[in-house]
Amino acid sequence: MSTTTANSAAPAPATPAPKVETPFRRFVSEFAESKLALFGLAVITLIALIALFAPWLTPQNPYDLAQLDILDGRLEPGTRNGLDTFTYWLGTDDQGRDMLSGIMYGLRISLTVGGGSAIIACTIGATLGLLAAYAGGKTDTVIMRLVDLQLSFPSILAALMILAFLGKGVMNVVLALVIVEWAYYARTVRGTALVERGREYIEAAQCLALPTRRIIFRHLLPNCLPPLIVVATMQVARAIALEATLSFLGLGVPITEPSLGLLISNGYEYMLSGKYWISFYPGIALLVTIVSINLVGDQLRDVLNPRLKK
Amino acid sequence: MAVYLLRRLLQSALVMLAMSVIVFIGIYAIGNPVEILISPEADQMERERAIRALGLDLPLWMQYLSFLKNALQGDLGRSFVFNEPALQLILQRMPATLELAFGATFIALLVGLPLGLYAGLKPNSFGAKTVMAGSILGFSLPTFWVGLMMIMVFAVQLGWLPSTGRGQTVEVLGLRWSFLTWDGLQHLIMPAMNLALFKISLVIRLTRAGVRETMLMDYVKFARAKGLSPARVTYVHVFKNILIPVVTVVGLELGSTIAFSVVTESVFAWPGMGKLIIDSINVLDRPVIVAYLMMIVLMFITINLLVDLAYSALDPRVRLEGK
Repeated sequence: MSTTTANSAAPAPATPAPKVETPFRRFVSEFAESKLALFGLAVITLIALIALFAPWLTPQNPYDLAQLDILDGRLEPGTRNGLDTFTYWLGTDDQGRDMLSGIMYGLRISLTVGGGSAIIACTIGATLGLLAAYAGGKTDTVIMRLVDLQLSFPSILAALMILAFLGKGVMNVVLALVIVEWAYYARTVRGTALVERGREYIEAAQCLALPTRRIIFRHLLPNCLPPLIVVATMQVARAIALEATLSFLGLGVPITEPSLGLLISNGYEYMLSGKYWISFYPGIALLVTIVSINLVGDQLRDVLNPRLKK
Repeated sequence: MAVYLLRRLLQSALVMLAMSVIVFIGIYAIGNPVEILISPEADQMERERAIRALGLDLPLWMQYLSFLKNALQGDLGRSFVFNEPALQLILQRMPATLELAFGATFIALLVGLPLGLYAGLKPNSFGAKTVMAGSILGFSLPTFWVGLMMIMVFAVQLGWLPSTGRGQTVEVLGLRWSFLTWDGLQHLIMPAMNLALFKISLVIRLTRAGVRETMLMDYVKFARAKGLSPARVTYVHVFKNILIPVVTVVGLELGSTIAFSVVTESVFAWPGMGKLIIDSINVLDRPVIVAYLMMIVLMFITINLLVDLAYSALDPRVRLEGK
């Protein structure tokens, strides 16, 4: 900004100075090459905003029992509510709860659990991966054996096992997702860090006798970020899907904090009598969320992959 | 080879042991077994007697040893709900799950291979792009929700297929199978399709990648130069070669198909192991949970072992690394 004021004071240059191509700008323009990915990003931003501002956007608070009218139960989409103040655009469930409001509130829980577990798993996984690559030797062997063991069991099974021990609850689901996911981050980061470790700048940092912690987190970590970001994006989608599956099975979040998976599960028994909307619309919300995150992730992978560079 | 086999067996046994410790600690140390195993109406005297009879007053490691000893003899406790040995209960349900898993694998190959072949041979056609976009959807769609939608469309609205259960079964070799009766087959098709969805996407992608790689190989060029018909080149020379990696991965995935059948079985009320474990977790039937976890861990370790052994038999490089 300061350069423009300086320029206006000086004799006006014939052409405006060309935009400096920073790595970030290049990244943004490459990402924007895919319209589908931009669309995905727009959708996911919208979904996040809806989740954030749900209490101000919804016509009713679906968990305030005083606002529910049991006589409005299982109404078809597009019916007016009993007091004729608003319309149930997506119908109501068996408690007379507006499905649209339920979905908006459900998104909050799904996104929090999915995103939260991804952040924790990423922190733990990345730290262990960096440690394995930097320390090598026994540390590396132990950490990577654990990773192999974790990855040889399907995620649903591991999560099932943990929740069978701990019982349901939001924190237990987050814990289960973290235990299931950390290994993916650790494996990714270790792979990159092993390559970066041999580079000159690390050697230079070691020659300066910088503390190991500083070398790992200030020098090694930033250079391992690109693949980590890709994995993290994909894993958020996986975490949201897994949480929904666990909640559907009745092992996930408790009934007081219904995520999208639990909403779908609630509609299961009404499905057979043709009342499709209780399960159908939360499923659509879940699907749109997962697909948009995957679209963004796909494009990120292409942009951040050095092997695909033109 | 013998050394490699021995080492690999030892490793598997170690993993199994480690998993048994985890399961034991998970079930017996985190939860309080006293409250689960002894009736809440029992008075103080009865409680103490029961604790001593069950060995719950012993130090944890001694309890673990007795758990391990019983487990090795095939005794994993009795189900609280069914009052039957837990292991027997699991084994009774196993054929249903295996039937579903094999059905799903069969469908995945039947649908995935031709689509993948097509997408690999004509990568720029509109059809191929549709197939690939569809495979992304197959990866993203939550299985349980697709299952519900299938029930809604095919069972409730169209009324073509039954929505839940296993249907009529026939007893062959002492086990009950659905796929041998028309009614049973009708019951099987929807759950198997649902479970296959993810695998179909996987097979499509693997086949497509394999075809695109193989088409550039010299022997394919040579086959063409010899004047063989395109059909013969595709089906004999290319197809045979891509089949090896595809079948390997699908075989490896069998374990995870069995694990994921937990979800499909719950949706379609398919009476297999998966439905049993979910029901058991919901009513806290711990012996069944332990038996299921130990069984499935054993199954996984066996599958991994077999795959490794098959690899080392087929690929001498793996054997060398093992030494």
